[in-house]
Amino acid sequence: MSILFVLIPLSLGLVVFAGWAFFWAVGNGQFDDLESPGWDALREESIAAPAKSPERRTDA
Amino acid sequence: MNPLLCFHCGEPLLGSTVTARINGRDEAVCCQGCRAVAELIGDVGLSDYYLFRETSSARPDEAALARDAWAAYARPEIAAQFTRRSGDTESVTLAIDGMRCAACSWLIDKVLQLEPAVTQVSTNASTGRAHVSWDSSRLTLADILRTIARLGYRPCPLGDDQVQQLQQREQRTALKRLAVAGLGMMQVMMFAVASYSAHLSGESIEPGLLEFFRLVSLLVATPVMAYAGAPIFAGALQSLRRRTVGMDVPVAIALVLAYGASVWNALRGNRNEVYFDSVTMFVFFLTLGRFVQMSVRHRMTGVSDALARQLPAAAHRVDGKTIEDVPVSALRRGDPVLVRAGEVIPVDGELVAGMAAIDEAMLTGESLPVQRSPGESVAAGTLNCLGPIYVRVTETAAGTVISHIVSLLQRAQAQKPAVSRAADAAAARFLLCVILGAALTFALWLAFDPTQAFAATLAVLVVACPCAFAIAMPAALSAATARLAHGGVLVTNPDALETLARVDRIVFDKTGTLTRGVITVGRCVALADISEAQCLQIAASIELASEHPLARAFVPSATCEPARDVRTVAGCGVEGVVNDRRYRVGTDRFVADLRGEPGAEQTLADMAGTLVTLGDERQALALFDLRDAARTSAPAAIESLRKLNVSAQILSGDSQQAVGGVAAHCGITDYFARRSPVQKLAHVQQLQREGHCVAMMGDGVNDAPVLAGADVSIAMGRGAALAHASADMILVGDNLGSLADAICVARRSQRIARQNMIWSAFYNLGSLPLAALGFIPPWLAALGMSLSSIAVLLNTTRLLPRAQPPMGIGDSPQSRRHDVSSAIASQACAIGVRS
Repeated sequence: MSILFVLIPLSLGLVVFAGWAFFWAVGNGQFDDLESPGWDALREESIAAPAKSPERRTDA
Repeated sequence: MNPLLCFHCGEPLLGSTVTARINGRDEAVCCQGCRAVAELIGDVGLSDYYLFRETSSARPDEAALARDAWAAYARPEIAAQFTRRSGDTESVTLAIDGMRCAACSWLIDKVLQLEPAVTQVSTNASTGRAHVSWDSSRLTLADILRTIARLGYRPCPLGDDQVQQLQQREQRTALKRLAVAGLGMMQVMMFAVASYSAHLSGESIEPGLLEFFRLVSLLVATPVMAYAGAPIFAGALQSLRRRTVGMDVPVAIALVLAYGASVWNALRGNRNEVYFDSVTMFVFFLTLGRFVQMSVRHRMTGVSDALARQLPAAAHRVDGKTIEDVPVSALRRGDPVLVRAGEVIPVDGELVAGMAAIDEAMLTGESLPVQRSPGESVAAGTLNCLGPIYVRVTETAAGTVISHIVSLLQRAQAQKPAVSRAADAAAARFLLCVILGAALTFALWLAFDPTQAFAATLAVLVVACPCAFAIAMPAALSAATARLAHGGVLVTNPDALETLARVDRIVFDKTGTLTRGVITVGRCVALADISEAQCLQIAASIELASEHPLARAFVPSATCEPARDVRTVAGCGVEGVVNDRRYRVGTDRFVADLRGEPGAEQTLADMAGTLVTLGDERQALALFDLRDAARTSAPAAIESLRKLNVSAQILSGDSQQAVGGVAAHCGITDYFARRSPVQKLAHVQQLQREGHCVAMMGDGVNDAPVLAGADVSIAMGRGAALAHASADMILVGDNLGSLADAICVARRSQRIARQNMIWSAFYNLGSLPLAALGFIPPWLAALGMSLSSIAVLLNTTRLLPRAQPPMGIGDSPQSRRHDVSSAIASQACAIGVRS
């Protein structure tokens, strides 16, 4: 069971990393708005080719 | 899409034949404004918006667009009040009225990004804010505002954004604390479960490993205590300093005792119990509770914010012959100010020149504009409907009528929490008993068996934490809140549901609640041989060119070209030429004047609004009864309220005649007309003294004080922002039928809450003696505390909506998420309810 003396400090290291990553994400505003970013996929779509989307829908 | 409703704004079409061409299809819309917006959205290729939106869109403010209400923001000294600059980049935070769902924010975001000079846009649908940065050498604030307004939203630049930033910082810190507590709890629990299961199965862990577990637990639990637990200790200290006992005090004592003893035992390396698992679990649940409470608090709009939206930022000051746009804050008493037609009057003042028709609906609830002549006073926040007027400033800022209404509102709000203060006092007494009981337990155990004293005391402190009891009510309320959100009722003050269940009187303000707040042609009576439809067409052609708010009643019926040679006579009516014949629309005398006769007062039987006559050079042709039409859902809603033993009243600032008409239509016998905000508040307070529980429903600024004074207040979704700020609930879909549903759900939630309370009281009272006698170790106490809460939650889920109502695309996953989050929320409120 002495492997635990290595694995547990390792897991603690991972936890600290996860905590740091979460703090970074919060500080970066990732959790400020949980609604609108779901629409980012649409936001990315280029505005130059707008006419496509309705036609695609009627085909489907 | 319902064929009888406008494709864009969802209002009834009222016979409009205007269509908008989107994606090669003609969609029926209610007015030219909606058509412009819908086609604009289609033209830039964003018509997907209509597929994804969750509520219908706001009707665009055509008048504001036409007179370019945002021109003043192009001036740097006015824009500077609202924007921040760094180099060439200027940025601003906007509150956007009408941005209700993610689709709206998506649309605004996209359209702003079409502008090449805009460098950064971020929109947030949950707060209704947008943050925009742009290159100030190529664009002005006015351009940004115009772009948003063209989409049918009402942008309002927010100068002082401290509240928003403060809230954001608070939210971020709370999230971080929650993460630390959660991660810490999981880690410590991992070691604790290993120790416990070894203990239960009768095997033993190597002493060295056990020692190691305890030291690692200490390492993990310390940041949880110090960082995540900090607000709990701060709260406890604060309430001790105020010499009161809040929920925080026994919790903090239990935490300090448990943590202190555990540290002592872990470092000393003796075989005594450590309680790091109980400590971290407790901190996590408490932090979760605080987080949910904070989110609810943030969702409420600040009153000052609402006031800012009501008043314009700039005024046109007259300096000799020149007119200069200045910030309202720069105006002094005695300054002459020009207010153009359709503009909001920025200050209280005295009318100097011009016959004015002022829309005072915001202040008085009067649905029709009132006439003002030179020498009379006008109030800030009211709308100048007809032609330019000159006003001499008598009061600015804090002295204005609208500011008085806001302070009245603040006073009423301050008086409200009497009930919750009583609950706090009761909780404080109970918690004091808990602490005394724990001390007694400790003393007795010390006398008989000192080794057990500490564990038993700790168990008492944890078990006695009336968590399940405390969540019994909030859990039921938040489940009911989720349920109501489905039905189109947003609950902004969770306490309100408790009161709503007891409501036996409901008081409506007329304008905008029972009625649609829009003037329409209620009835048309032809007097000559021309048909009613033709008369309506003629009147519409003439009125198309008029800015008078009464004229808008005719606009939906207009299918033809506007009349020629249109002339408006203030206070009388409009004259114009249609098909080479001269007509007049307006008062009797004005119309009769055209044919050279003295006017005779005309009346119609069962007339409910304002009478307008149409005539030509020979005779009077038709009478129009213009009225603020009652909502179609009103009579049925009143009827179903009556079935719930809730009787309705109308309390309005409008005229006796107008109120009576609506009351008769809706089947309400109790109505009171011409009431000022102060009288309304007094009336509601009188009802309360008689022992009634009163719900008030309103939508204007004038309703804000009475909304705050009523037991439960409900505002219409399309009402004034200030009314929202003081309302407990907001009726989003404008469907009055949801009211009776809301009361039903509120009553059911009370039943469930009562069951929850009985069960949890049973748990608390039953486990307390067991803990005191030492039968419950601290970890079991912590587990029991959580399990009793879960039992309460499971009972509560019966309130949650089951069937998905047929709504727009993208709605269902979201509402399901809402349910889950509200279940978590209740769990959290649960443990977190303290002050």
